[in-house]
Amino acid sequence: MIHDRPTRRTILATGSAAMAAALLTGASGLLVPARAQGLAPTPSMRGGSNNYLPGAPIVDRIGGGGFWMTGSVRRAGDGAPLAGVRIQIWAHTTEGHERDPHSHGATLTDANGQFRLEMPQIVPAFGQPHGHLAYDDHAFQTVFLRPVMPSVRDTSLSAQFVLQPA
Amino acid sequence: MRLRPVLIWGALSAAIVVPLAVAATSPLLAWRDPVYIGAGLAGVAAMALILLQPLLAGGYLPGLPPLRGRRVHRWIGGTLVVAVIAHVAGLWLTSPPDVIDALLFTSPTPFSAWGVIAMWAVFASALLAILRRQRRIRPRRWRLAHTTLAMVIALGSVIHALLIEGTMGTVSKTALCLLVLAATAKVMLDLRVWALWSRRRA
Repeated sequence: MIHDRPTRRTILATGSAAMAAALLTGASGLLVPARAQGLAPTPSMRGGSNNYLPGAPIVDRIGGGGFWMTGSVRRAGDGAPLAGVRIQIWAHTTEGHERDPHSHGATLTDANGQFRLEMPQIVPAFGQPHGHLAYDDHAFQTVFLRPVMPSVRDTSLSAQFVLQPA
Repeated sequence: MRLRPVLIWGALSAAIVVPLAVAATSPLLAWRDPVYIGAGLAGVAAMALILLQPLLAGGYLPGLPPLRGRRVHRWIGGTLVVAVIAHVAGLWLTSPPDVIDALLFTSPTPFSAWGVIAMWAVFASALLAILRRQRRIRPRRWRLAHTTLAMVIALGSVIHALLIEGTMGTVSKTALCLLVLAATAKVMLDLRVWALWSRRRA
């Protein structure tokens, strides 16, 4: 196969292409430095861990349901969705205070890193209608979130986790 | 004129009773235990007492001219301390970490800090009133300190209450808060408190 053998022309062509690619990559790295660091991990929110009871059981639904807590879990850096991650959820609802064990439950993320747990309607407590979520297992660093509902009439609330490997 | 006192007392009673009644019949109470309900109502009652204080200090209420008014003012002050303690203690029992966050100024809710500032101003004001006789604090110094604390209490409590999504109705809460600010401003103007700051030597 004579035409497969590298000639001076092909060496020059591939060499210049590689140099151009290297230059472009380097330049884009300078122009968009954030891309080099990747997706930043979610920091814990103030008050996020309040009334946390570690080890909430994985449940199909907390209490009678009627309200949806949804969200996603991704890995810091590359943003890859994380499947089978346990997210613990609790709130002051129509069925109990935050400190009540029956107000707590956990769920696992699906193959796309999404989670969704039905729970009783969240009602305002301590001045704001809010929920609590926790990632607290070994593979990643612990994160506590405390999202606030934009309106007290909302029947769902979502929270996004970006986890940093432990 | 008998109509004027009736109107003043009637309006004042309405300004206090309506917010309390709205809070006491809030739908949110269905999902709260008695301690939490009591803590919330103690807060509403404290706000009502904060409205009474400048009116008593200024001697604006019929039948309570300045000298008698101020004797009642002292008693209401003591009651206010009790109401604030009941408010904070009840919330502490309901959710200790939330109250600890508030007291340490690390709460996620902005209204907490204003409430805690107003609380310390209430306690400082009461302590100063007790020490005033014992330590023979000079009238001018006393007035300067007490009026400053009173302004902090009124403003801090109003911001605290307005930012909360709680049992008080929006309209009655706003009305009560505006009355607190108006009454505090009026007594400050009438007693010419700025003179305490501007003229160092009387």
